[in-house]
Amino acid sequence: MAFKLTVNGQPTSVDVPADMPLLWVLRDVLNLHGTKYGCGIGQCGACTVHLGGQAVRACLTPVSAATKAPITTVEGLSADGSHPVQQAWMEIDVPQCGYCQAGQMMSAAALLAKNSKPTDKDIDTAMNGNLCRCGTYLQIRKAIHKAATIKTKPAQSARK
Amino acid sequence: MKNEQNTGLGRRSFLRVSALGGGVLLGLYAKPSLAQTPAPAAPGRGGRGGGRGGFGGELSPLAFISVAPNGVVTIMGKNPEVGQGIKTTLPMIVADELDVDWKDVRVEQADVDQVKYGFQSAGGSTGTPLNWDSMRKVGAVGRQMFVSAAAQTWGVPETELTTASGKVIHRASNRTVGYGELAATVATMTPPAAASVRLKDPKDFKIIGKATPAVDNLGIVTGKAVYSIDMMLPGMLYAAFERSPVVGGKVVSANIDEIKALPNIKHAFVVEGKQQQTPVLPGELALASGVVIVADYWWAAQSARKKLKVTWDDGPAASQNSVDYAKNAEAMSKTKPGRQLRNDGDVDAALKTAAKVVDVAYSYPFISHAPLEPQNATAWFKDGKVEIWSASQTPGGGKQSVAAAIGITQNDVTIHQVRGGGAFGRRLVNDYVAEAAYVSKQINGPVKLLWSREDDMQHDFYRPAGFQYLTGGVDASGRLIAFRNHFITWGQGDRSAASAMMSPAEFPARFVPNYQFSQSVQPLAIATGALRAPGSNALGFVMQSFIDEMAHAAGKDPVQFRLDLLGEPRVVEGYDAGRMSAVLKTVAEKSEWGKRKAAKNTAMGVAFHYSHRGYFAEVVEVSVDAASKVKVNKVWVAADVGSQIVNPAGALKMIQGAVIDGMSETMNQEITVEKGRVVQSNFHQHQIVRLTQAPPEIEVHFVTTPNPPTGLGEPALPPVIPAICNAIFAVTGKRIRTLPLSKSGFSWA
Repeated sequence: MAFKLTVNGQPTSVDVPADMPLLWVLRDVLNLHGTKYGCGIGQCGACTVHLGGQAVRACLTPVSAATKAPITTVEGLSADGSHPVQQAWMEIDVPQCGYCQAGQMMSAAALLAKNSKPTDKDIDTAMNGNLCRCGTYLQIRKAIHKAATIKTKPAQSARK
Repeated sequence: MKNEQNTGLGRRSFLRVSALGGGVLLGLYAKPSLAQTPAPAAPGRGGRGGGRGGFGGELSPLAFISVAPNGVVTIMGKNPEVGQGIKTTLPMIVADELDVDWKDVRVEQADVDQVKYGFQSAGGSTGTPLNWDSMRKVGAVGRQMFVSAAAQTWGVPETELTTASGKVIHRASNRTVGYGELAATVATMTPPAAASVRLKDPKDFKIIGKATPAVDNLGIVTGKAVYSIDMMLPGMLYAAFERSPVVGGKVVSANIDEIKALPNIKHAFVVEGKQQQTPVLPGELALASGVVIVADYWWAAQSARKKLKVTWDDGPAASQNSVDYAKNAEAMSKTKPGRQLRNDGDVDAALKTAAKVVDVAYSYPFISHAPLEPQNATAWFKDGKVEIWSASQTPGGGKQSVAAAIGITQNDVTIHQVRGGGAFGRRLVNDYVAEAAYVSKQINGPVKLLWSREDDMQHDFYRPAGFQYLTGGVDASGRLIAFRNHFITWGQGDRSAASAMMSPAEFPARFVPNYQFSQSVQPLAIATGALRAPGSNALGFVMQSFIDEMAHAAGKDPVQFRLDLLGEPRVVEGYDAGRMSAVLKTVAEKSEWGKRKAAKNTAMGVAFHYSHRGYFAEVVEVSVDAASKVKVNKVWVAADVGSQIVNPAGALKMIQGAVIDGMSETMNQEITVEKGRVVQSNFHQHQIVRLTQAPPEIEVHFVTTPNPPTGLGEPALPPVIPAICNAIFAVTGKRIRTLPLSKSGFSWA
């Protein structure tokens, strides 16, 4: 079946089964590898992307449910690392293996889009679905607070 | 330095273009034979340094360093990068001795070539200790070559030349020349012997000792970093593998034709499986039996598994159950041990004279590594040779495993190192690498084999469970005078399963006058292996919890009892009691042990452990509420890993991460076996600490001592587990002798 998607600002069409998870469409059909597979059952959050601005688990989102709203992946935050979350992640030097960080950053970016000055409690609620096997949680918390202080440059594009 | 993403393939050999607008996706790819060839245009990039072998011999700077005419320095990261930060750490060492500025450095991941790069591995916290000297020498010899090249060019004595920031300087004539301008000359030179070259005085280090962000950060935050799972080859297919649920089981029959008829399925076939030549236990297979499904994309292959009907011959391992393991251990504890491995003094006599005797049983479970990136590898078998891209921790061993599995020689196996999403010891075993090679050979084309999370959790090489029957005695003065351990583990005859042995010198051996250690083994069907801080991750819990019990039996403060046990600063059969006492005193001081007024239902626990050349002591403060909900409020770590922390930023993360990892092992993680099958399948049943459960603060203090710098991947983990358990005892009076804590009704607050 053909599905029309908008990914990182760009319209595209994929011909895949309706129940194919968005994760595998992104990874194996559209070759957008930034979004990671960790568990396939919504336990780890490594596959977190934005669907209409909401953080969702791409492993549990069938492609057929992703046609109505724009999709943003980590590649869509910015290609040059200029998104405040990306800047903060680099400044705090968050990653260890880094495999979960795309999902962590997408959850963080969705939080910050709605709440420009999140408290630790807000961070708890928004981030508890994202596992970090390396245990970078102290850095993640710090980086979200940091990102909240970084102004988005209006010129930057979400596209690449 | 400028963060430049390194794909692990060489930048020009692999370009990924996502042209979403037109719905067209191109994987531009140079021939794999090019991918392993260093960029030819870069001056200074030599071959094997005039035949100076790396493996056991002296490494050539020409293999590691190249300098472009514009002064950009490229340094090869030799070891696998799986999150431990070694791709940053080792090039920092080279760059410092080379005397270049870190901002001018780019790091590239080296391919596997142990002649050129020396031993390439990630494991045992060996990255720093095994490479500290050699990387310094690579940098220093490299620097010397630039000095020599400048001396030749200018016709001045080398002694008149100095270096700074990638330039050679001749003060007398006020001349400077950049390394980039000398690189072509250097490339033709033979490196001098490392012994003839002076290393920097550590006080002159400019990069070593400075907190340095990881070199792949930009790639990671933009989603461009290529992990093993992200590899692509032209015409590549995707494979899923339904393995026998019981180790050693075999496929009798399967509905292969039905599977082949499903949409997007390209191949389906039965794998007979292969035993290793000399397995100790059935878990040690060269290749598992099962059914491979190959498709246009992985989800198609994975979904087809649901339609797969396989008749298995489970084999003898299907009779095994975790419940029986525990019963067997209990029965064995009452019989004469299989082997006595240490017997100092006279334990029986000492126990008779003891003022207090504690006689208890400890146990801990199997644990899965569960790195967040499930096992995978990409392979391309062509013309009798195979090329592989993987995040193996032991790529050298990977060559052997592949050669054995598909019947070719190691010379015909090429392995490229690609970033791994965690490893924790799982990727020390190359089973999935061998499988990918096997599938590629069968289908005669490039393929990415990916395990599902369920595959990963149910076909692991588990941290072995264990049972320890301990008896200890303190005398009237509160001194630990007797210690007896009957350790019940896994194996056959005199041989233990992988990572299931315990050293007869395990602490407190050597520090108790009457010490007896015996071991018995029972057979095991599941495979075992090294999990981060192997051995220590369980033994630290047992020994430091039991020592805590003995402290309480002696009526002594747990820190003071431990200091008394360690005694005067001295080295006892390789164990430096002075270094351990120092970190213990430091952590007690920093945590204000015994001085802080604890809040209600709140207390501290302490533990120390030596492993992987590192001396670590940790204090944990926990609160436990009436519903047995545990909150770790703060952790203090004191560490002695020698004279120099190479990258303080990476070091802090490794320690904090190890503490959180240890917390996961403490509370929830347990793998159980029913009918030879692993029960747990995903993170909901084998839980990792989440953000809200992590302590808000993990304070780290380094005690530097004049010892060679050693590794940090592992030694911070073992003490946190008993420290938590000892703190819980201090709050609740409940002694934890079985892990995980969830078995005793505890959960995270």
